This record gives sequence, C-alpha cells and structure tokens, in this order.
Amino acid sequence: MTMSIPWQFLWRLPLLALMLVVGLALAPGVEAQADPDREAAFAVPAVDADTWRLVRSGETGPNYRDSRFGSDYNLVNAAGQTWREIRNRWVSPFGLIAIGAMLVMIAVFYAIFGRKKLDEPRSGRKLLRWSVVERSLHWSVATLFILLALSGLNILYGKHVFHPLFGDGAWGAMIAASKQVHNYLGPIFGILLVIILAKFFLRNLPRRHDLTWFRKGGGLIGKGHVDAGFANAGEKVWYWLLVTAGLTVVVSGFVLDFPNYGQGRDTMMWANVIHAVGALGLTAVALGHIYIGTLGTEGSLEGMATGYVDEAWAKEHHNLWYEEVKDQAVAEEQIGDEAEGDSPAPRSG
Amino acid sequence: MAQMKFMCDAERCIECNACVTACKNANEVEWGIQRRRVVTLNDGEPEEVSISVACMHCDDAPCMAVCPTDCFYKTDDGIVLHDKDLCIGCGYCLYACPFGAPQFPKQNAFGERGKMDKCTFCAGGPADSPEEEYAKYGANRIAEGKLPLCAEMCSTKALLAGDAQTVADIFRQRVVQRGHEDGAWSGNPRADADSLAYDASQQG
Repeated sequence: MTMSIPWQFLWRLPLLALMLVVGLALAPGVEAQADPDREAAFAVPAVDADTWRLVRSGETGPNYRDSRFGSDYNLVNAAGQTWREIRNRWVSPFGLIAIGAMLVMIAVFYAIFGRKKLDEPRSGRKLLRWSVVERSLHWSVATLFILLALSGLNILYGKHVFHPLFGDGAWGAMIAASKQVHNYLGPIFGILLVIILAKFFLRNLPRRHDLTWFRKGGGLIGKGHVDAGFANAGEKVWYWLLVTAGLTVVVSGFVLDFPNYGQGRDTMMWANVIHAVGALGLTAVALGHIYIGTLGTEGSLEGMATGYVDEAWAKEHHNLWYEEVKDQAVAEEQIGDEAEGDSPAPRSG
Repeated sequence: MAQMKFMCDAERCIECNACVTACKNANEVEWGIQRRRVVTLNDGEPEEVSISVACMHCDDAPCMAVCPTDCFYKTDDGIVLHDKDLCIGCGYCLYACPFGAPQFPKQNAFGERGKMDKCTFCAGGPADSPEEEYAKYGANRIAEGKLPLCAEMCSTKALLAGDAQTVADIFRQRVVQRGHEDGAWSGNPRADADSLAYDASQQG
C-alpha cells in the first residue's frame, strides 16, 4: 500500500518553517523568565497580608480547604496560645494563692478566736433542723464536691507534685482516676446541686436583718448577738454563691464533659477557664464553710449529722428561727423514736 | 544534636495529599485519625496556596505546657513525643495546639476521648517492644536512620523534614534560585509581588 501524497497541502510547509524560525527568535524571551524582575512584572500577587491576618484571626474564608475530614481548624489557631497563657500564668498560680490564703486565714482566725463555744450550757432539749432528705442531699453534694475538688486540683496541679514523687506508674493511675471521677461524678453533682438549691431556696431569700448581720460581721464586731433566721446572712452568701458560681461551674463542666454536641474548640477553651476560675473560688470558700461547720462552731456539725440541734445553739445562732420552732423542742431521749419517721421538718419560711 | 523540623514550601505544594496518605500508611493510624492535613488558602483563586500541616514539634510546645498528666517529652532530636499510657484524653493539648495536631479516637459514648494521637515525626514513642511501639505510635523510622515518610514521599519536595539547619539551607537555596529576596513568607512589597504562581492572562 502506497501512501498518496496530499500535494494540495504542501504549500503549508514553508509556513511551518517560518513559524519555527519565529519561535526560535522568541526563545531568548522565554529564557528571560528566569530573571526575577521580569517575572515579577507578570506574576500574580502572592498570598497577601490580609490572608495571613485572616489565618491569624482564627476565621476561615470561603475558599479555605482542609483535607482532614470534619476539621474545623484554621491553618494556625492562635487562640490556643491565649488559653495556655490564661491558664498557666493566671488561673493556675492565682487559684493556688486563693486556696492557700483561705487556709492561712482560717488558721489565723482559729489561733486568735479559737472554737466558738456555746454561750449558754446545753439545755438537753433538741430541735429538728435538717430532715433525713436534706441531710442525705447535703452529704451527697458535700462528698461529691470534695471528690471533684480533689480530682480537679490534681488535674491542675498534680503533675508538679505527684509525678516526680510517685513516678509514671502510680501517677498514671492517679491522674486517670482523677479524670474519670471528675467526668463521671461531675454530672451527678450538677443534678444534685440543682435539687438541693431548689430545696433550700425559700429559707435563703434575703431579709432586712441580713444587712445588720453583715454590718456586725456576723457578730464578730460589737457586743451582743445578731438576728438570724433559719439561715444567717453568711450562709445565704454561700447559698447564692452556689447558685451563681456553682451553676456556672456546672454548666461549663457539661460543655467540657460532653464534646459530642458540636461545640467548638474555642467554646471549650473558654468553658475551661470559667470552670477553673469558678471551681477554684468555690473550693476556697468551701474551706471556710467546712471550717465554720465543723471545727469553728460548737454544735453545728451535730445538726447536719443527727438532724437535731440543741436549743442553746439555736437560740444563739438562729434566734429568729428558734422563736418560731421552740415549741417543737424534744427531749434528747425521745429523738430515737421520732426521727425515723422524718416528720416534716419544722422550719421558717 | 539535631533539631528536627518540618517545613512545607508552599510554592511547591500541589495539594496532592500524598503526605497524608503516606503517613496513614506508614503508621497504620487509627480509623478516623489523620495525623497530617493539607490546608489550601484561597482555593480556586489566582493566589491559591497549599500547605501540609502536622505536629510542628515546637521548641516551646504548648501541648507540653498544658498537659495535666505530664505525658509529653522532647527527644534529643527535638521531637515532641507523648506517652499514651499516661494520656487521659482530657483534650487540653487539642485546645492549646495552634496546628490542630492532637486528635482523639472517639469510640465511646458522649464523645469521650480516647488516647491522644499525633504525628511522631516517625519516631515512635515509649513502649517495651517494637511491636507495641508500632501498635501504639506507628513507625519508628528515625531509629532506622530514615526521615518521616510524608517528606520522603513528597513528589515536589515541598515538604521537607530533617535537621532544622539542613532544611533551612535547602530552602535558602531555593529562595536564591527563585530570586526571592526573602522567600515566600514576609509581607514586604517585593515578596508580595513575587510569586511563582504564573498567571498567563497577565502576560501582556
């Protein structure tokens, strides 16, 4: 088979040759592209400062792509550094200072004033102050609070103390347990806290005599007793602290504990700071609450332990409440028969 | 001692994601975890640029500073590694890291995090046997005298890994060759105007 030559197209050959010559003539121009000045003349602008500012801001533009599935990160996430500085430079040292200062204050107070003894001898007649339900709630919340405080403190400070002390093995178990305790008991604490706050709501509403209580420093300033109903103004402060700071800690704790509801990393960072600040503050104040309820005041702990307080104690610390319920006082010997029935607790509004 | 670093030359990265694949393959990374990612800025626009990101093995590593278990450590080569036996999955390293390197397997209810996983610079991690090390952390190529597979595989040699000095030397050479006075990084007018991204429409 012979190939026929398409003579009619032959005239194109010179044209091709001409194009080749022209192309070669242009070649030095192509070479010149290696010259950066020439290149810069027609190069597109590089990623500009605005783009990098956008990257730094943490926002992603519409034409941002990340090859990782479900990634909500920017190229650089500067917010993490802010969180690190707030946590490590401020929250961590000042939390320690707050708790340490509280312990020192309590120690100094105890050294100067000592235990607050009952002014009058015990009458032997008792008043029901805390029902079984209230005591169960209190001690459940208290136990959980202490466990959460200890595990939380371990999560914040433990690595500086126990890691060098115990080594990897024991420390690993300890910190893992802390996290589990914190994450699993936290929600239970939150639910119980809401219940106990609701239960104690009415008796913690502010009253006019609370102002006097504050003015007299709860009886420390000046002579004579200050009026107090079922809860004195100091207890009410603790209550309202738990309503505000306590519930804030609970809510931020839920944000951290359940990362499966689509909250972002920034949300969790702020939740973490709020959670830590609130919890450290509450822990410091709780030390005061524990001191006053146990070592600091004679006759207080037995109220929360047995449910009953002595008439003398009620008269001294909660005179207005005493006036309301003094008719219901029972002799110490009768308590066993009656307490199990958990008759409605006598209380003031 | 060497100071190991990654550097991604954004002018060369073609967003092929081979580094991501190589990493997953070399380290048998758990399902759902991707130690390396490729970020593209201004996708589809003339100034589009891509960068491969993983753990940058920071000198002052934020993850290390905030970890409540103290599970991070730095090797003599400046590689940031972590002990999965100590990790409790709190997620603090995830909050602190600017590069989104730490990731957590989520196999439990309510999004509870498992042990953190991140790029190890292919240097494995603390374990009693090589098998355990591979299962927990992936390959230990550094121990075999090899560099991370992501960088070794990179077809355009955009992703560089190795001693910081060597990486810097290579990049400097490229910069000189390209005619950039200061690489692709700074915001000065010359660098802004000077890019290898070639826009034919502007070639008068």
